[in-house]
Amino acid sequence: MLFAQLRKTLGDLTIDLTFQSDQARVIALFGPSGAGKTSVISMIAGLIRPDSGKIKLNGSTFFDSQVGTNMPPEQRRIGYVFQDGKLFPHLTVKSNLEYGMKLVPKIHRQVNFDEVVDLLGIRSLLFRRPARLSGGEKQRVAIGRALLTSPKLLLMDEPLASLDADRKQEVLPFVRSLKEVYNIPIIYVSHLPEEVASIADRVLVLRAGRLEAFGGIDLILKNGSTTDDN
Amino acid sequence: MDLQLSALEQEALKLSLWVSAWAVLGSLPLGIFFGWLLSRKTFPGKTLLDGLLHLPLVLPPVVTGYLLLLTFGRKGFIGAWLYQNFGITFAFNWKGAALASAIVAFPLMVRAIRLSIDLVDRDLEWAARTLGANPIRVFFTVTLPLTIPGILTGVILFFARSLSEFGATITFVSNIPGETRTLPLALYTLTQVPDGEHGAMRLCVIAVIVAMLALILSNYLAKKVQMEIKG
Repeated sequence: MLFAQLRKTLGDLTIDLTFQSDQARVIALFGPSGAGKTSVISMIAGLIRPDSGKIKLNGSTFFDSQVGTNMPPEQRRIGYVFQDGKLFPHLTVKSNLEYGMKLVPKIHRQVNFDEVVDLLGIRSLLFRRPARLSGGEKQRVAIGRALLTSPKLLLMDEPLASLDADRKQEVLPFVRSLKEVYNIPIIYVSHLPEEVASIADRVLVLRAGRLEAFGGIDLILKNGSTTDDN
Repeated sequence: MDLQLSALEQEALKLSLWVSAWAVLGSLPLGIFFGWLLSRKTFPGKTLLDGLLHLPLVLPPVVTGYLLLLTFGRKGFIGAWLYQNFGITFAFNWKGAALASAIVAFPLMVRAIRLSIDLVDRDLEWAARTLGANPIRVFFTVTLPLTIPGILTGVILFFARSLSEFGATITFVSNIPGETRTLPLALYTLTQVPDGEHGAMRLCVIAVIVAMLALILSNYLAKKVQMEIKG
């Protein structure tokens, strides 16, 4: 269970929202660009410190401004997939995948290396460097890298945004199969209703830093006005 | 022209390389530390520190040498303390020559390393943090490897500047054959004696060749690192 109460002022934007998710497996964080979506998941991951609030996952407190708790990101066990992969350019695909996995004690590793490699279809890429991968391949490796840390929550920041339509189709099925195969809750950031509709169970609609709605995916199918042009 | 190096030339060349090599070894960890500090941290006195580190670049080397003499000489406050407690002295020996050339060349190294740390994508470091790496591990497994081209540039610039160091060296540790008489000092000595022109010219050529070799090596290494990253 994730509980987040966040308040943060970033330039003109003030993020102020509270939400709690119980059983939903994939929550989409949906809204136009500039609504604060990336900032919200960065706060959950511990990459940005909220001005005030509280973040809890499965009973452990990540952040609590009242008692001064702020757990560093490396202790939160949250997987994070960045918009453009952010693979380590000096390491092979294999070393990228193993980077986080090796830091998890063996007894806590619930995600099998070979299984992930096959699920994401990246076996033939293992000994390449990121510079020699296509955008879709990079994203798949980035997803694998985050997944292999056996995270308690997986955050995905518009993982398809930098890909053209064909490449999106290369990655989207894998994201869907993550949901089927692993029992890891996912927060999926997107501004595209069709993407959200094909992946998410629940949708958080964010607008100008505030929570506009939280519910099933019918929320955005009825109300397409939240999209923007990029 | 005789291609065989004379004993004096060999001595000066070997001493120069020895002094500069030790200067690089001693300075590199500090260069990386200060490069990182200036690139990544904000703290009170940062501008002052930045200025102090760059001072040897703009001061006349003789001034640097004189200040070294005042601080690291046998009677200088650091020099006296080092000698009394550890028996180490920099006065009038090759260690002093290495210290003088290191101080003069240090700004070039720090600049190159700092610029290259500036260029490392912070998101890569954040990605490593979310993968479970603490800041120290992130530094050694992500930041430092990506900074290697800048470190190489810094080392080569440093090495070249340190080889050519003259003013601070002669002021601080004098011009002692086999101890502090590096290539530039040997060249200077030859220009001060009658019939020294020929020997001076030979040392000139040696200095040019050593500098060229250093530059070629640095280009080769930089390309190799780039290739390594591009896979």
